[in-house]
Amino acid sequence: MILDTIAAISTAVGEGGIAVIRVSGVEAVPAVERMFRSKSKLGEVESHTVHYGRIVDPQTGEAIEEVLVTVMRGPRSFTAEDVVEISTHGGFISVKQVLDLVLRQPGLRAAEPGEFTRRAFLNGRIDLTQAEAVMDLIRAKSDRASAIALKQVDGRLARMIQGLRGELIELLAHIEVNIDYPEHDVEAMTADYIRTQCGKVISRVDELLRTANEGKILREGITTAIVGRPNVGKSSLLNALAQDNRAIVTDIPGTTRDVIEEYVTVGGIPLKLLDTAGIRETLDTVEQIGVARSRAAIVDADLILFVLSAGNALHEDERELLAQLRSRQCIVILNKSDLPRRLELEQVLEQMPEPQLVQMSVLQEQGLEQLGDAIRTIFFAGELESADLTYVSNARHIALLKQAKAAAADAIDAADAGIPIDLIQIDVRTAWERLGEINGENAGDSLIDQIFSQFCLGK
Amino acid sequence: MTYEAGNYDIIVIGAGHAGCEAALAAARMGCETLLLTINLDMVAFMPCNPSIGGPAKGHVVREIDALGGEMGRNIDKTYIQMRMLNTGKGPAVHALRAQADKFLYQHMMKKTIEETPRLTLRQGMAEELLVEDGACTGLVTKTGAIYRAKSVVLTTGTYLRGKIIMGELIYESGPNNQQPSVKLSESLRELGFDLVRFKTGTPPRVHKDTIDFDKTEIQPGDVKPKFFSYETLYADNEQLPCWLTYTSAETHQIINDNLHRAPMFSGAIEGTGPRYCPSIEDKIVRFADKPKHQIFLEPEGKQTSEYYVQGLSTSMPEDVQLKILRSIPGLERVEMMRNGYAIEYDAVVPTQLWPTLETKRVPYLFTAGQINGTSGYEEAAGQGIMAGINAACKVLGKDPVVLERSQGYIGVMIDDLVTKGTNDPYRLLTSRAEYRLLLRHDNADMRLTPLGYQLGLISEERHGKFLVKRERVQQEIERLKSVKIKPDEPIQSMLQGLGSAPITQTSDALSLLRRPEVTYAHLEPLIPSPLELTDEMKEQVEIQIKYAGYIEKQLLQVERMSKMEKKKIPANIDYADVRGLASEARQKLTEIRPLSIGQASRIGGVTPADISILLVYMEHHNRVVAARG
Repeated sequence: MILDTIAAISTAVGEGGIAVIRVSGVEAVPAVERMFRSKSKLGEVESHTVHYGRIVDPQTGEAIEEVLVTVMRGPRSFTAEDVVEISTHGGFISVKQVLDLVLRQPGLRAAEPGEFTRRAFLNGRIDLTQAEAVMDLIRAKSDRASAIALKQVDGRLARMIQGLRGELIELLAHIEVNIDYPEHDVEAMTADYIRTQCGKVISRVDELLRTANEGKILREGITTAIVGRPNVGKSSLLNALAQDNRAIVTDIPGTTRDVIEEYVTVGGIPLKLLDTAGIRETLDTVEQIGVARSRAAIVDADLILFVLSAGNALHEDERELLAQLRSRQCIVILNKSDLPRRLELEQVLEQMPEPQLVQMSVLQEQGLEQLGDAIRTIFFAGELESADLTYVSNARHIALLKQAKAAAADAIDAADAGIPIDLIQIDVRTAWERLGEINGENAGDSLIDQIFSQFCLGK
Repeated sequence: MTYEAGNYDIIVIGAGHAGCEAALAAARMGCETLLLTINLDMVAFMPCNPSIGGPAKGHVVREIDALGGEMGRNIDKTYIQMRMLNTGKGPAVHALRAQADKFLYQHMMKKTIEETPRLTLRQGMAEELLVEDGACTGLVTKTGAIYRAKSVVLTTGTYLRGKIIMGELIYESGPNNQQPSVKLSESLRELGFDLVRFKTGTPPRVHKDTIDFDKTEIQPGDVKPKFFSYETLYADNEQLPCWLTYTSAETHQIINDNLHRAPMFSGAIEGTGPRYCPSIEDKIVRFADKPKHQIFLEPEGKQTSEYYVQGLSTSMPEDVQLKILRSIPGLERVEMMRNGYAIEYDAVVPTQLWPTLETKRVPYLFTAGQINGTSGYEEAAGQGIMAGINAACKVLGKDPVVLERSQGYIGVMIDDLVTKGTNDPYRLLTSRAEYRLLLRHDNADMRLTPLGYQLGLISEERHGKFLVKRERVQQEIERLKSVKIKPDEPIQSMLQGLGSAPITQTSDALSLLRRPEVTYAHLEPLIPSPLELTDEMKEQVEIQIKYAGYIEKQLLQVERMSKMEKKKIPANIDYADVRGLASEARQKLTEIRPLSIGQASRIGGVTPADISILLVYMEHHNRVVAARG
């Protein structure tokens, strides 16, 4: 633990145009070399030199980012160990992808808060008088990191991980009881059972990873489209949502203007709003819109907020859209409900028999709460099916999920090869522990607690 | 009136499984040792099940034997059944379990103790510990005898303020109606020790001639028994079977109807019982959907008709116990010879101990066994031998001996106890060991015999044999690395017979042996070894080769962790002076006073950040000390 090779993003996130990933330890140079395509061979270059090249996933060959790599060999480095720094000019996404790749290399792990500084101090690079400052820094960084870590673990992700761990610990307890109470009349553990359980874990982890791999989801949010004809109040709704939540409007680098996404929370549920730029444009060029544009957003969305004006009769375009949206997760918003009603509800019902209907008056700030309720109903009733619903965006989480998956796969291989269960247990336990690190849950005595609560043992 | 009764290097109070090992180890290491017991007829008594070993527990017995302790040799002399458990699983969890002739077990242990030089066995009840200048210097007995010593080892089992509970009946008593030790508990309290109240229990015993064995399943011993001690090369004890039956719906009904009389539920029991050893009433309440529970009938010895009813530990009133027994198939007309009971006792909160089992509060005082919050004969004996060794080392001016978690289950257990404490009586399980694959039944000698020899607990002769074994195993592994096997008829037909894929080209023996279905015995006729190898040696060769991948992985983990274990925390560290520690960590570290960074990292509530801060503080401290010269 003390001498592992560690890595972390060492520049403040979101500040400056360049992000630097720092890697320190004996594996630093070989690990980065494996993923660096360049004229220079990092293993042979002189210390304190900078090299241009590309970071490439050594397994898939996929090019990830153009980078500058600086090699500083110990003891003439910040930590007095071999240090490699990868400077990326890309945005947050690519930095995370590079870090993810670095952390997947054997022998590497994410640095603990303040660990570079700690090593620098322990290796004599920081003056004795600085000891207390170093200790304060570790404390502060650690407290901040745990606060951030708590935020990073989405409630649903945490629950999914807990669910997976729950199944793994039952499997583990079952294996352990077979070992520690061999004469007890519990069902013998079979390779088949291990295969089934670990297979489940792998497919669920895969689901989680899929969203991560697409690099699409970097923040939590149900991909949501606000659609409707001109002048029904889409932009006011958007503004109301954004204002109401003091939403962070993020311009994700590398994306083009017209697919800017915004993040809001409604009733505590994060939404990623699609094509908000398009909606904004309509402010200026009212007639220029189009159902066509809405249709494009609909394709990508997991949740559709279909805004109708209560003050207008149902338009042919709207009728067509309703029919199209029948099988989708859709909330029909009757806006301008304070105006005299011209819209006939029956016509809506003809196209969409059981709509989630919310009456709103955005201008009068009425109905936002009901909208939150409606989304929550869909969200928690589990009616919303989406790959986007699990939000793994953190490089550390991705690395841990991959390790857990690999361990579960090892367990299956071992079961197939006829390896005894106490050895397969090692892999199952690894999977369980890695998943636990995501939620910050430590192994401790919980396995032993599980054994005694799950099985009736005694003499 | 008190009188001076003698001076010793070491006094061991209590002659149960912990006390016997402690006293034997101390005396064998050259210390004049007194072993004091309340009742001379209770030396090495088994108050509960008449068996020794099983997963993790059996491993501990092997470790005790590898260190030169007695438990393994003694059970080998007195077993009435021997079984290797978990043979269908990996080598790490193969576990030997013996049924003991519990009376013979006592007699043989007592004989060994009586015949051991420098060891005095005495009857007497210790009532007060003598402490001078903060250090323990001896004790005073109920009869006024003052015994003085350089070190004292307390192994009081369940005697401290013992209380037997059965239905509405509650009385002060040690196990099996022995005199409890009340004043000694007060003495510990006065010295400032934190004590907790734990509970355990035992089932009734029944008369063999009143059991209808036809209604039960026979559980025989192994035809070719293995032994606990590396010294036992041959034993041919006549084996007795155990018998399996189950509780019935009627049993559950009787218990449910009488729950109001169960002290477990009436509040009469305040002590915390072991989770892994619940009473039958507890099992039926907690696992109400389980229609029946296993009951094993185990003989208690050859010269007795008493049978132990495993699975029926209970503190129900005597009349209910009899009804419960007679509701079980095979026991319809059974005669109960002794009733079951629950027993409560005082235990020392084990985080008050150093990893040497010396108390932090009173130097030269050691504790081992149930007093430290454990349960089980083997757990007691494992601590006993370590407490005896460390008490002797302290007297002899030698370095203390602390087993690492990677060295043995004994190390795992003691580290758990002194680092994390325990909320209920602690039982060893193989799952408590993170390096389970390294802590095998078969390699206990490889792990610990060099240490036992170094301490003077292993004879020259035995050590010589051990060295030969270790060398031959290594030589044979080397040989197998180089032996090439051609794809000829004998090998192919052997593989075919095993359902194993044929080889297409010349292979080395090593890779063949790594196939799960191929054993050393299969290869032996094809590539006979020029070395003279015992079955034990062949077993070692096979395990080390077959599981090399897994073993190497764990060794790597051990190596990584050992850097943390080797970073020693100075004894005089003042955690109040360490800036930035979280308050929970500061409090825990101050209480536990871990000896190494490794131990500190295992304390609940101490985070990696706290460890980082501690490392920086220690470095600062070291540099300041170095700068001052």
